[in-house]
Amino acid sequence: MMQKTGVIYQGFRSEKELAEIPGVPSDERIKKGSVAFIECAQEIPCNPCEEACPYGAISVGKPITNLPKLDEDKCIGCGSCIAACPGLAIFLVNASKSKGEVSFPFEYYPLPKKGDEVDCVDREGNIVVKGKVLRIIKPPKYDATAVITVVIPIEYIKIVRSIKRLGRS
Amino acid sequence: MRVLHHPILGDETRKIDATIIVDGRKIPAIEGEPIAATLLSAGIKKFRETQKNHKPRGIFCAIGRCTDCVMTVDGIPNVRTCVTPVKDGMIISTQKGLGEWGGKK
Amino acid sequence: MKTTDIAVIGAGPAGLSCAVEAAKSGARVTVLDENLKPGGQLFKQIHKFFGSREHRAGIRGFRIGQQLLEATERLDVQVLLDAAVYGIYEDRLIAYITDGRDHTIKAKKIVLATGASENALAFPGCTLPGVMGAGAAQTMINVNRVLPGKKIIMVGSGNVGLIVSYQLMQAGADVVALIEAAPKIGGYGVHAGKIRRAGVPIYTSTTIKEVLGEEKVEGVITASLDEKWQHIEDTEKRFEADTVCLAVGLSPLTELAWMAGCEFTFIPPLGGHVPIHDRNMESTLTGVYIAGDITGVEEASSAMEEGRLAGVACAESLGYYNEKQALALKNEIWDRLDALRTGPFGEGRFTAKLKQLEARRQLA
Repeated sequence: MMQKTGVIYQGFRSEKELAEIPGVPSDERIKKGSVAFIECAQEIPCNPCEEACPYGAISVGKPITNLPKLDEDKCIGCGSCIAACPGLAIFLVNASKSKGEVSFPFEYYPLPKKGDEVDCVDREGNIVVKGKVLRIIKPPKYDATAVITVVIPIEYIKIVRSIKRLGRS
Repeated sequence: MRVLHHPILGDETRKIDATIIVDGRKIPAIEGEPIAATLLSAGIKKFRETQKNHKPRGIFCAIGRCTDCVMTVDGIPNVRTCVTPVKDGMIISTQKGLGEWGGKK
Repeated sequence: MKTTDIAVIGAGPAGLSCAVEAAKSGARVTVLDENLKPGGQLFKQIHKFFGSREHRAGIRGFRIGQQLLEATERLDVQVLLDAAVYGIYEDRLIAYITDGRDHTIKAKKIVLATGASENALAFPGCTLPGVMGAGAAQTMINVNRVLPGKKIIMVGSGNVGLIVSYQLMQAGADVVALIEAAPKIGGYGVHAGKIRRAGVPIYTSTTIKEVLGEEKVEGVITASLDEKWQHIEDTEKRFEADTVCLAVGLSPLTELAWMAGCEFTFIPPLGGHVPIHDRNMESTLTGVYIAGDITGVEEASSAMEEGRLAGVACAESLGYYNEKQALALKNEIWDRLDALRTGPFGEGRFTAKLKQLEARRQLA
C-alpha cells in the first residue's frame, strides 16, 4: 500500500502543501538573507505569530483560523516569531552566504553548545547531514523555548528542521 | 526514575526528605508527593493483585478515579496511592485482593 | 451551616475561571475540590496554549494556572481542598467530605465544573502495570516529575496523544511509536510535526493486538486495520516497550449532575451523555450551572471561557451585575468561544454545542 502524503497522514507537511501555504517565502527572498519560514498548514484557531512580529510581516486577521501570511519584504529575519508559535512551526532560513543557515525552536534537555557539530534532521526525524551550531538564544521572553541556529550545506535549508535530541548523561 | 532536569520546568529543587517502607524495602521519597510517584521513581509498577485471579495492577488514571493503584497503607487497605501524599515512615504493602485491615495480608 | 453565594465544584480551569469572574462582580464564591491542590489538570499542561491574546495564547498552561490561583487569592475566593462533594440536595445544599468528616454548605447558585476522565481501551494485556492513561503519564512527568517508563508506545493521535508524546520526550523518555486506529492523524499537524521530527513514527490504521508481559509491560504487538476496522492478517509488528499510554478520548464526569437531576442529551462528539444547558451555561435545574469538560469535552481554553460565562451569569442572576453589564461581558465571551470553535478542528464542536443548546430549546 502506498503511503499517502500530507500532514494528516504523515504528521508533517508535504512539499506540495508547503508550496501552497502563504507563510513560505520565495526562493529569491531566501537568497537575499534570513527570513521566516512558516509551516502552518491547517486552519487552527491561533494567532500569536501575528503579534510577535515587530515589523508587521505576519498577518492572520479574522477569523483567527486563517493561515498566517508572510510579507517577505517586511520580514527582516529577526526570529521573534519562532518561540511565539505554540505549534513550534516557524523556522528561519538563510541562503545568502556560501553556507546555509536554519533556525528552529528546541525544547529538549540538554541543549547543545555553540560550535558543536550536531546531527541535523529532516521533518521525519531522519539524520540527513551534519551541521554546526552557530548560536543558541533563550531569553526570558521565549519562556524556556530555545532557538538554535545551525550552519549546514545550502541545499539542506528547506530540509533540515531540527537536530537529533542529545542523550542525557 | 526522577526527572531531575527539564527543559521547561527547570532543575528539580525539591529534596528527598522522607523514607517509606514498601513490602519491607526502604524507598527514598519526597514528603507530600503521591505515594504512586515515589513507587514509580523506584521502578515499582505493580501495586496490587486482583482478588480472584491474582493478576497484577498498577497506575491507570492518576487522578483518584479508577482505583487500580490501591494499596495497604499504614494498615488501611484500598488507599488510592495516586492521590495520597507521602508521609515520612509510611508502611506500605502490595495489596492482595481486597486487602485486610491491619495489613496482615 | 456554611453558606455562600456561589459554590463552584471543581478547581480546574473552568471552575477557577468561573470563581474569578464571579468574584470580580462582588459575589461571595466558594470553590470545592476533592484534590489536595487546586488547578485540576492545568498544572500538567506545560506547552504554550493556542488561540489569541484574549485566550492567553502563547502562555504555558501551568503559568495560566498560577495566574488563576493568584486571582482567586486577590479576590478573596474561598478554595476548599480535600473536599469531595458527594451529594447535591434540595435548595442547593451541598454535602462533602473533608478529612473523613461530613460537611455541608448551602449556596444560592451552584456551578458544576467537574471535568472529565480518560477513556480506557480493551485488548489482551490492557490491565498490565505500565498501561495507563496518557494524562496519567503527563501528571507523573510534569507534576510529580517521575517517569512512568523509558520506552513508550502512545495509542491515539488526537492532541492529547501528540502533546503527551512530546512531553514524555521532554522529560527524558523515548516514544517508540504512536499508533492510531483511524486512517488519519486526529490532532493538529503542528503537534504531530514536533514528534515526527524527533523521530517518532506515526502508524495510522493500526491498533494494539496484544500487550506482552507477566507482571508488567514488556512489549507490544500491533496490527494494521482495514477500512472496516478489522485486523489485517500478517501485519503484526512487535515493539519493545515498557509503557503503553492510552490517549483515546475523555468522558465528562457527570455523576453530580445526574444525581442533582439535570436533564441530559447524548452527543458523541462531546464525549457522550452531557447535561443540557442554555446560553448562560445554566442546566435544566434553576440555579445549577455547568462549565468545562462536564458540558462536553473540549480543551482548557474553552473550559476557561465557559467558566467565565457561568461566573458572569451567576453574578447577574444574583444582582451583582445588571442586565446591560452582564450582556456586554457575555458577548465578549461568546465571541471568544466561537473563535475557538472554528476551522476544520473546531467546526464539529461548534455544531455539537449548537445541538446541546437546541436540546434546551426543545425542552422549553
